[in-house]
This record gives sequence, structure tokens and C-alpha cells, in this order.
Amino acid sequence: MNIKTKALLKSPWIFHLSTGSCNNCDIELLDCLTPRFDVERFGIQLVGSIRHADILVVTGSGNRQAMERVKLVYEQAPKPCFVVAIGECSLSRGMFIDSYNCPLPIDKVIPVDIYIPGCPPKPEAIIAGVVKLIEKVKQGAAKK
Amino acid sequence: MSKKTIVPIGPYHPLQEEPEFFTLTVEGERVVDIDVRIGYNHRGIEKLSESKTFDQSTFLVERICGICSTSHPFALVEAVEDISGIEIPLRAQYIRTIIAEGERIHSHLLWLGLAGHFLGYNTVYMWAWKLREEILDVMEILSGNRNNYAMFKPGGVRRDIKSEDIPVVLKKIDSIIPTLEMLKKAIADDPVLHARTKGVGILTKEEAIDYSALGPVARASGVAKDVRKNSPYAAYDKVDWQIIVTPNGDVFDKLLLRVLEAFESIKILKACLTALPQGEIDAGIKNIPSGEGIGRIEAPRGECFHYVRSDGTNRPVRHKVRAPTFMNLPTYKATVVGETISDATIILAAIDPCYCCTERLAVRDIKGKHLYNGQNLVKLSQEKTERIRKKYGQK
Repeated sequence: MNIKTKALLKSPWIFHLSTGSCNNCDIELLDCLTPRFDVERFGIQLVGSIRHADILVVTGSGNRQAMERVKLVYEQAPKPCFVVAIGECSLSRGMFIDSYNCPLPIDKVIPVDIYIPGCPPKPEAIIAGVVKLIEKVKQGAAKK
Repeated sequence: MSKKTIVPIGPYHPLQEEPEFFTLTVEGERVVDIDVRIGYNHRGIEKLSESKTFDQSTFLVERICGICSTSHPFALVEAVEDISGIEIPLRAQYIRTIIAEGERIHSHLLWLGLAGHFLGYNTVYMWAWKLREEILDVMEILSGNRNNYAMFKPGGVRRDIKSEDIPVVLKKIDSIIPTLEMLKKAIADDPVLHARTKGVGILTKEEAIDYSALGPVARASGVAKDVRKNSPYAAYDKVDWQIIVTPNGDVFDKLLLRVLEAFESIKILKACLTALPQGEIDAGIKNIPSGEGIGRIEAPRGECFHYVRSDGTNRPVRHKVRAPTFMNLPTYKATVVGETISDATIILAAIDPCYCCTERLAVRDIKGKHLYNGQNLVKLSQEKTERIRKKYGQK
């Protein structure tokens, strides 16, 4: 593990991107930052720009409007950038799999490291997912 | 000569959870025009609903919006029950009311927190969301999940409330009242909040009526419009509660109104839990006859409207959703124009917009000139089939 990755894991900053979700995963993600769960204790912080972020958190079923932009945002991210997909929609498109506006699952467009299932996943699950991601990066198994 | 500048906000903006795109035209610091572009969340739910049975469709419309995850199924089952004309057991009506009011409290607290965040007042954000967790706990006890409760089905509710849960829930609700009182006082007396929100983004009563504003936006402008009182459904006519109306229509009134409404919701919640009647929870609808039905319910953001047409099978032929934000969005023209750009964010947030409820899709030709409607698209599809038939020589 080089010094860059080591420093990154001390305080992984998160950028959140909604690609056509129902808000629920987005709110549960925000919930992680509020007093009961308070992930800022561990240095995890929501940032305003992908250029500041280490982790890209994707929610939603990835519709036609969002697909191009997801790709663009991922390309703009400073590498290494790890991708976490939250919620059933971004994993497999869930019940929107037959929709005319949701052509592809997210992991066909950008490489996804951690999948957090649930509709919506609980904040505990999201935190557990991020912890697993950190473990994965430490072992050097994460995609970059 | 004045110089106009266009300030784009979005579509993926750190302040907003959902993608939407505002174009603010500004002259100096004043906003002179606003345009909103939506459609980044469109998932084609109305069309998907036509491929699902009425029972499955309640789960689908639950995922229109995560915050109104009770309102949409509620309106759908009301519409389906309107077609079949069946009477719902009293206990089921009470349970529906309990779940809907719990959602209203958590939605208003969520908005209150976000409003604090938009104003740069993160203390309000943290306090309101901490309080919201207690309500989510209550909902978890009652329904088994923090959001997306899946309690509704045409003809009743899917889960009963256990009698041993009721004292626990009542105690928990009582425990949040002091904190909510504190928040109310903090909002009513805080000089910073007054300076930022009083007299900002005023929607007058006439404008609210002209724009057909709904829910808290209309009530904050002095229009006593509430589906729960105007045409009562579920158990709202069986318990005692008041419509909250504030007169001024500025952001402060919208802020205060939502806190006061949370108190009314607690009142309804407690009254329903204590007076919960015994009996069946499901009327057992077997067949939906052909016909049309509408469901109107008061979502946390205003009136939520569903229209369902059935042809006697187990699937809807047409399912139309009109979410409250669709009616509240145009009020931006009245509220944002003329204000400074630093106040624009809180005014944009003040209607409690929910874009994933409102998403629509417009189809244009490749030059962006011709706008297609549903019939045009069907015609295009038929013409293509005709061409393919000719190509393969079929008649």
C-alpha cells in the first residue's frame, strides 16, 4: 500500500451521485452523517465536488439521462477513486429492470467495488459496506 | 443598459439530493427569471404500472419517492377501492392513518433539517434529523422498516399493529414532544432565522390560488386547503384535529407551519393509537371491475392524486400520477423572481420539492423542434411495424 492510499483510508471523502433514485438511499446516506450514526467521527465526509472525493457513492437505477453523466463524473475523479453502489436499483435496477428508461445496471458503465443491497439499506448497512471497502483496499483487491 | 447573467444550478449539485436543473437569470444580484428542467429521475413508473397487477403496483408506486413512500400507495389503493366500491374495515382505516401521519412527521422534520442546512445553520439540521430518528424507530416498530413501509394493499392493510406495541410507541412519541417544543421555540425566537426567512419569497394568497398551490405551500399563504378536512378519507373525520394556516406566505411561515403540523400529526397519531378499534384488517378484494377511479390523499407536500382505469382484468389499463410538487413548482415564478440570489436557494427549497415524484418525459425529434405526445408515439410505432411487414413481405 503506497502512502497515497494509506492517507486516503484515514479520511475517505464521499461524493454522492443520484442517477434516478427515489431519494430513499440518498436520505439514508445523509442519515449516516447525522448524530445517531455520525460517520464524521471516522473522517468520512460528504464533499461538494468529485474532484475532492475518494469514494463515489452511486444510488438509483441509472436512467438514460444519468448514464453519460455517471461516466463523465467518474472520469473527472482523481484516481484512485472507489465506487460504492447503494440500493437495489443501482445493483440490478430492482423493479425498474423492465423500464424503457433504465437501459443498463451501473456496474456495466463504471467499475463498482462494493454493493450494498436493500431497499433502502439501513445506515448500519451503509457503514458496514464502507468498512468492507476499506478492508478491500487494504488487501489491495479494489478496482481503481 | 442592464446586463443579464445566467447562473446554472445543477443538475448534480452538492446541495440537492436529487438531480434537477435550474437556470437563474440574474441582473446584478437580483433574480429576474427562473427556469426549471426536470427529467433526470424519470423511470417510467406509469408505464411499468400497466404491466403489474394491482397488488404489485402498490410496491412500485411506493418507490416513486422515498419520503412519500406512504402517500403514493395510499392514493393508489384509494383509487382501486373507488373502482370496486368496497367498504374498508375500520381497523384498517385507523392503521392507514397512523402510518400516513408518522410519515408526515418524519417528512416535515427532514425538510426542517434540510432548510437549516440550506441556510447554513447546520445545528438545526443535526437536531431535526436526530429527532427524526425517533420517529423512524416508531415506524420500524409498527411496520418493520424505516422507510418503504409496504403496509398498503387494495382492500386494507398487510400487517396488523400488535396491541403490546402500542404502549411502547405512545411512550416514544411522548418522549419526542419536548425536543420538538424546543425546536419550535428555537425557530420562533431565533433572530438569525428571522433575518434570513421573514419577508423572503412571499407567495400571496391570490397567487397561491392562481397557481393552484397545494398543501403546506397553500396553507402558509392563508389558503385553508387540506384534503384530510375537505374530503375526509381513512380515519381523519373520526379524530379531532385542526388545519394549521399561517397568513404571510414567506419562508418563515412555511417553516413554522411545518413544525406546527408535526404537532397536529402527533395528536392524530396518539388519538388513533389509543382508539384503535378491534376487527378485520382486510376486506379481501377478489376482482376489480372495469371502470375508472381516483384517489386523493394529503401527502406531506400537498394533494397526491392517482387515476386508475381498469378493464376488468387484474392490471390497470392506465395509471396516472400527479404528485404535489408538480403544482407547487410553478410558484417559483412568483416567489424567486425579484429576490437576491443568496435567498434563491432557500426559496427553491421552501416548497419542499420532490423531483422524483414529479418526473416527466418529453420526446422531441432530433432537431428539438417537434414535440411528440403519446398518440404520436403510438403512430410512429405502428408505422415502423408496417415498414417491417412490407420488408418481409407479410400482409
